[in-house]
Amino acid sequence: MTEHYTVLILLMPLFGALVTTLLGRERQNACWLTALICMATSSLFAIGNIGRILASGSGELRYRMGGWQESRGYEVGIELRVDMLAALVVAMVVLVGFVNMIFSKTRVAGEMKDKVSFFYTLKQLLIVGLCGIVMTNDAFNLYVLIEITSLTSYALIAMGNRRAALSSFNYVIMGTIGASFYLLGVGYLYIKTGTLNIDDISLRMQHQYGEPSLMIAFALIMLGIWIKMAFFPLHGWLPNAYSYAPSMVGSFMAPLMTKVMVYVMLRVMLWLFEGEYVYSGRLVWGELIVWMAIIAIVAGSFLALACTDIKKMLTYLIVAEVGYMVGGAWLADGAGITGSMYHILSDAAMTFCLFLAASIVILRTGDHRLTAFTGLFRRMPLTMTGFTIGALSMVGLPPTCGFFSKWYLISGGIDVGHWSYVAALLFSSLVNAVIFFRIIERAYLGKLEEVGNESLPLDADGGPPMTLDRVPYSMLLSLLIASGSVLLVGIYNETLVGWLKAAIPSL
Amino acid sequence: MEFLATGFFEEYIVPKFNYWIYVILMMIGLFAMITKNNLIKKLIGMAIFQTAIILFYVSIGVKAESGIPILGHEQHHAIVEEGQPSSEVIKKDKFANPLPHVLMLTAIVVGVSTLGLALAISQRIYRSFDTLEEDEILDQLRPGGHD
Amino acid sequence: MKLFGFIAVFIVGSVLLVMTMDFPGWGDTSSPASQGQVSSFYIEETINETKVPNMVTAVLADFRGYDTMFETVVIFIAGIGIIAVLRTFSDHSSPAPDEPEEDNEGGDLIIRSTCHLVVPLIQLFALYVVAHGHHSPGGGFQGGVMLGTSYILFALACGLPAAKKRMGERRAIIIAAVGIIIYAGWGVACLLFGGNFLDYSSLDPLLPGDAQMARSHSMLAVEIGVAFTVTAIMFAIYSNLATRGRLEKGL
Repeated sequence: MTEHYTVLILLMPLFGALVTTLLGRERQNACWLTALICMATSSLFAIGNIGRILASGSGELRYRMGGWQESRGYEVGIELRVDMLAALVVAMVVLVGFVNMIFSKTRVAGEMKDKVSFFYTLKQLLIVGLCGIVMTNDAFNLYVLIEITSLTSYALIAMGNRRAALSSFNYVIMGTIGASFYLLGVGYLYIKTGTLNIDDISLRMQHQYGEPSLMIAFALIMLGIWIKMAFFPLHGWLPNAYSYAPSMVGSFMAPLMTKVMVYVMLRVMLWLFEGEYVYSGRLVWGELIVWMAIIAIVAGSFLALACTDIKKMLTYLIVAEVGYMVGGAWLADGAGITGSMYHILSDAAMTFCLFLAASIVILRTGDHRLTAFTGLFRRMPLTMTGFTIGALSMVGLPPTCGFFSKWYLISGGIDVGHWSYVAALLFSSLVNAVIFFRIIERAYLGKLEEVGNESLPLDADGGPPMTLDRVPYSMLLSLLIASGSVLLVGIYNETLVGWLKAAIPSL
Repeated sequence: MEFLATGFFEEYIVPKFNYWIYVILMMIGLFAMITKNNLIKKLIGMAIFQTAIILFYVSIGVKAESGIPILGHEQHHAIVEEGQPSSEVIKKDKFANPLPHVLMLTAIVVGVSTLGLALAISQRIYRSFDTLEEDEILDQLRPGGHD
Repeated sequence: MKLFGFIAVFIVGSVLLVMTMDFPGWGDTSSPASQGQVSSFYIEETINETKVPNMVTAVLADFRGYDTMFETVVIFIAGIGIIAVLRTFSDHSSPAPDEPEEDNEGGDLIIRSTCHLVVPLIQLFALYVVAHGHHSPGGGFQGGVMLGTSYILFALACGLPAAKKRMGERRAIIIAAVGIIIYAGWGVACLLFGGNFLDYSSLDPLLPGDAQMARSHSMLAVEIGVAFTVTAIMFAIYSNLATRGRLEKGL
């Protein structure tokens, strides 16, 4: 049975989603329990998979759907391919989903009223889509899975208030443009090579490198992926969509969706088109992209500085983090690429921790502006500790994972001699320090007034904001796990980076 | 203007007219998605955009003087009942390429699902804002100071 | 705004057009896609491997069956998403819109009688299309859409409450979920019998005929699952969009 772990990671949330649908609207606790069990077993399979890759000699696992072997030298079926990078990202996806299940135990009924079972169904199908994206080795299958993740996220965001519905509509328009550009690029590749399997495409492309249509295919695919990962200036949908989404939804979409799209970009750059094509200078605009990343980092940091709303500030920080990863990947340097891969894992942990803490603060105080943090260390010490750990990681202090990922990215920039990129990274750390120390100082030293509910802003539908009297233990537990993971990913950075380095094909 | 007369037309436009059609359709759809004010018009633009991509893919699989990718009755009989080897009975160039058809079945379903979900979201927006024009919706959000 | 959009569209369009110059022409049989080994394999070997003459159905349900499973999940998500976004249960916030009451909820006599004659024929043809997907153009999606359309026609002609008695919301969701459970469950059955996921030849001991016929039968089974889901979701989408989530009266 162990050779089927790869597909079982996908199947558990899929069956969980179907069972949740069948359980129906009334039995909400049963829905939660089913979802929790399925995510837990999926996490076990994902961790087991990591062990299997370490044990195997070649460093990758292949799984052929339908059992169709190669015929006439080409794959005729769909193939799953899991190497160390994919295994780590899958484990990250499934574990974030699992911890978020614990987080959402108590509040889903309050936020979603009687659509609880639909929430769990859509959420598990989102996890299925993300896992499928990471593991597949077929270009068209990747498109279908990207659309699964997109559709579930459109629906999940639109389940919120009226501002969320509007942001979801904008997300639909931009997301469809992105996915369609990707599909068009795959069509160009199919015309030129006649196959859809990623390994076979890259093999057949090698004698056609000079053709302009391949460059356009690469540009289209990149454009589509950049729209989906909110790379500045294509990031217009992200701040509204993630900050107005219901807190159960935003807290697990923010860490996962953009990072998995960064993974897809790395997969396309290094395995589909091969480093030789991407970095050799045939792409006349390869140099430009690092500059665009620098602009993304600077712009994201500035926009975050100007925000007064907690969640919007965090989403602009996501835009800056995406700039880190894109810049690191396009530096044409081994350390830069490794830093970019490691940053996928560390940024997911940081963003998850910060979003959980922010959601707890907003739910507890009913205030979603930065003033909610006034004097909070006294009232909610555990939550603020979790927030502080996430904040320190964003700034880049050891031993959190943020420090190590910045270390690798900066050393990659120094290797190549791209000083502007290094300067942008340091600038962004400075801006993050200003933002977060301002918040922490207000939380620690501010005077805790008993704010009555009248002085708080109304929520988007015009009703009074919800407040809790006491933070539920499930939320605190999930925040504890999230901040613990920030520290763990940092402490074990050498093992992780060693595994990731082995996965990169030689440049 | 001589290039128009000599080879340009025969070489670049006539054999590749399918690419011209799909690019023009795509750009019409993209223009509608970016510039129109009404939400439903944006969705119509999205549908045109996706349909153009579907047409592009299907046109890849066309082979001159070929039929549909389904074996005829006589060929089926010859291979299954009489046991003739398939490579002799089936002439590859007489059948259209089945792979783009399969891919586009999936793409059509995905397009329909996206359109349905987007229409539902528009109805949800209409329920809250009472209008489907984007500038009016933004006006409603701006002076209120909510959120 | 319109000028900016026009310029952007013009640039993108001309770049795309210029770059198609080195594509193969219309109907060219020497293009890599047409001469490629993958499509040659599909054309020449499908009948040997699966005993199914319709190559499109064979590729859809067997060679790329994993993709089709996710396609079914996509349409399932669309249905569930529309219900989740739009549906208002009992008497919640928004006031009922100002509409004139309709007396003829049951529909006109001529329309009702025509509907009673036509709907069974549509459904029979839809089932035929699902079952004959192996030999003629057809399959799960096509037949499922027709079957769903027959329910929509019934709702249009005889009123939504009458159609809801036959396919209510609860029943539609259950049928849709059962459809995907059939598909994914069939794949898991292949797992349990020793093959990979969706490797139908491992079900050879269970199904009549040899390994290739097992593939042919399994394709029919998964297409039936797909048809279930598509039918239910088509009607659920219609009933939610037409009534703005209230499911009270139709068009």
